[in-house]
Amino acid sequence: MNRRITFGITIIIILALVAIFASFVATHDPLELDLSLEGRLQGPSPEHFFGTDNLGRDVFSRMVYGTRISLSVGFIAVFISMVIGLFLGGVSGYFGGWVDSLIMRIVEVMYCFPTFFLIMMVITFLGANIVNVMVVIGLTSWAGLCRLVRAEFLTLRERDFVHSAKVQGVSDMRIIFRHILPNAMAPVYVSATLSVGGAILVESALSFLGLGVQVPTPSWGNILTAGKNYIDYAWWLTFFPGVAILITVLSFNLIGEGLREKLDPKLSESR
Amino acid sequence: MIELKNVKKYFHPRRGIFSSDGDSVKAVDGVSFTVPRGKTFGLVGESGCGKSTIAKLIVGILEPDSGEIKCQGNTDIVFQDPFSSLNPRMTIGDIVGEPLFISGQKRNEIKAGVKRMLSVVKLRSAECIDKYPHQFSGGERQRIAIARSLVRKPHILVLDEPVSSLDVSIQAGILNLLKDIQEEMYLTYVFITHDLRVAEFMSDAMGVMKEGTLVEVASPREIYSSPKDGYTRQLLDSIPKL
Repeated sequence: MNRRITFGITIIIILALVAIFASFVATHDPLELDLSLEGRLQGPSPEHFFGTDNLGRDVFSRMVYGTRISLSVGFIAVFISMVIGLFLGGVSGYFGGWVDSLIMRIVEVMYCFPTFFLIMMVITFLGANIVNVMVVIGLTSWAGLCRLVRAEFLTLRERDFVHSAKVQGVSDMRIIFRHILPNAMAPVYVSATLSVGGAILVESALSFLGLGVQVPTPSWGNILTAGKNYIDYAWWLTFFPGVAILITVLSFNLIGEGLREKLDPKLSESR
Repeated sequence: MIELKNVKKYFHPRRGIFSSDGDSVKAVDGVSFTVPRGKTFGLVGESGCGKSTIAKLIVGILEPDSGEIKCQGNTDIVFQDPFSSLNPRMTIGDIVGEPLFISGQKRNEIKAGVKRMLSVVKLRSAECIDKYPHQFSGGERQRIAIARSLVRKPHILVLDEPVSSLDVSIQAGILNLLKDIQEEMYLTYVFITHDLRVAEFMSDAMGVMKEGTLVEVASPREIYSSPKDGYTRQLLDSIPKL
């Protein structure tokens, strides 16, 4: 297997295990305060691996719980955008005509919005919570995938095995799901993996701006926010969540790039 | 039997806001021929003359602009490129059995039907049924494509350059197989090729196509011995002498 994929997947599996078994991995209660002078803003130590924040909470434990937020936002948002992108892109590419024109105009409109500000606006209206963040990221990030799927469908529907299925009276739905979709998935996997990293970044940015996961629930983004006021003398508050975001996004990008290389027909030996 | 009456199919360049209207391409421009049941009609001509468009019209992938196409019984088609005519993500059993599956047959009936068809094309079904297309050679893939086209028991089979992408050493095997199948199942063939020798070997009657029209229809012997049209003579002269 590709080294990049192996590395990326290893990191993601570790993070996923941390997220699932957060209560066992965390050394402290992530919400437990210690407002005493010596308890606040402690540097990293064997007792507090990543130090404590301005309210004396253990940063390591907060980040362990924050992993849940980041990963679930990443996966669920991308899942939503994949479902929409696959469906609209598939319909658009397969049926063509006015359906295609309509869907492509919607996609162009989506491209015209600065997505991040659109997300910020919607979240402001709907209220900032984790579910809204996932749904809104999903609902605003399907346009690229939709175009990709449409392009795949456009080429695949002219392949002889699709013609043959039509001649034999196979229904449109079966042609779409049995014949075209499985052959269109390779670039979709690549794109989806890369978008997971993007979605995690968006969630972190939203939480950083106070529009994502609300305090006291920990997320990497809002730990960063809390840390920004103390950046001069409590570096660990911004350093560790920043590194966590970096490594996670990097891992997803490595998997995506690795997959692209692996699935590229020009680079793989069997057609 | 198949009957085509003055069939026309023009392709129009897509008109958009930013493009001017182009001339339409007369892919098929008034073609008529009849193939009696159990016979083979060989359609020859250089690439781009509209042969494949006729194939697609007969099996209904395309609709004619005007004219009439009458086919008695089911039609099916075998394409030129056995690499793009088999879904790479389906097993041979699923590919050949799909028409049976969608017609609602039971699993054991499908399996029996698939086995029968694979034995007709002389493939060992036990070895093939769970494999994927990329595990086969070009010739084997073309046999699989033929098996799939036969599984619905069609009366008419359109063969669109079925051996053109295969090695010469394999071509004869496929051609003989097609002849045997025709005899056994009493099939009507429309055999499209650019290779006059292949057409002569297969056909009861031959049609020579040029720029969307049939310039000559005759038996292979007549075409070879006394070609009437200048274009037919040109094609004959282009056969390399061995």
